[in-house]
Amino acid sequence: MIYLELFLTFLQIGAFSFGGGYGMISLIREKVLMHGWLTEEELLNMIAVAESTPGPIAVNMATFVGSSQGGFLGAILATLGVVLPSFIIILIIAALIRNFMKYAGVKAFLGGIRPCVVGLILATAITMFMSTVIRFSSIGDTLAIDFNGIIIFAILIATTVVAKLAFKKKPTPILMILISAGLGMLMYSL
Amino acid sequence: MNKIKGYLSLFLTMLKIGLFTFGGGYAMIALLENEFVEKKKWLEKDEFLDVAAIAESTPGPIAINAATYIGYKNTGMIGSMIATLGICIPSFVIIYAISLFLDAFLSLTLVAYAFKGIQICVVYLILTAGLKMLKQMKKTAFNIIIISITLICMIVFSLFAVKFSTIFYILLSGACGVAVYLLGKIRKEKKQ
Repeated sequence: MIYLELFLTFLQIGAFSFGGGYGMISLIREKVLMHGWLTEEELLNMIAVAESTPGPIAVNMATFVGSSQGGFLGAILATLGVVLPSFIIILIIAALIRNFMKYAGVKAFLGGIRPCVVGLILATAITMFMSTVIRFSSIGDTLAIDFNGIIIFAILIATTVVAKLAFKKKPTPILMILISAGLGMLMYSL
Repeated sequence: MNKIKGYLSLFLTMLKIGLFTFGGGYAMIALLENEFVEKKKWLEKDEFLDVAAIAESTPGPIAINAATYIGYKNTGMIGSMIATLGICIPSFVIIYAISLFLDAFLSLTLVAYAFKGIQICVVYLILTAGLKMLKQMKKTAFNIIIISITLICMIVFSLFAVKFSTIFYILLSGACGVAVYLLGKIRKEKKQ
């Protein structure tokens, strides 16, 4: 039953992903690829849409996947699932636990999770790079390098470096998305 | 009547924040502070810093965590529901609308090419977000070990198609944090 599956999957995502936004992507990716709800390309498209629209990325992802798999009701259930753990956990902390952040055990647990989230984000980026740009996602795949992709990646790095040197500021994600959209249209049409 | 006015004000403020913040969690924390500490003065600055720390440390979207907490402090259980609903509704409506026509939009060749570029950009954005966090992290032996093990295991497991959920990495790392803390405590007690 797809409705229950959507609800329970996003409930897990809401309960076990730390670090907000990008920190949640590794678990979202694992679940949506495992269920076959999105391909890697569709997932990346969706992250771009989530980045370019207002609101928390996880809520945007839940609504989109829910809608594509189970229509309006699916969207409601997936969104409810991703929000519910936050809601309950925060309610308990706000109502019952004073000085939650001061407990040594909580601090130690979070101290373990923080570096783990960094590792997860980096590993997710690297595996995504391998599966989209060099098409090598598991042992036994034959390399099929997307040279346009590599050039776009290099241009994005150069853009960041130039912006930092010239304006002392990193370009915003939306600007980077627009630049890469233009580059994509240009390079893949040639 | 005053109560209903309070609920309405909370709901509309959260709706506004949900509608106008791009870039997720951290951007939203800044907006929440502006609204609830500076403008409305519902929370003290110190209290808000606590809210932000809790929102970042508990699982789930940071903005939802913060909204639930602020709503609860404002008007209890009903307040937390209203705040959470308010901050979610704009995302939900916008993304639901997009989901209805995204496939048709992507079937245009030029749009598909644009999105091939965008996919690369998203990988780049995730990588830079990770590198930024890596830079800001204290380079203690514990942190370096956890980051390296997570990174290497996840890439190797993915190459060999071994199923090992992200949830286990999180729980194991948390357990390591607690274990190191307990060991340190035992050692200290022995010395005394």
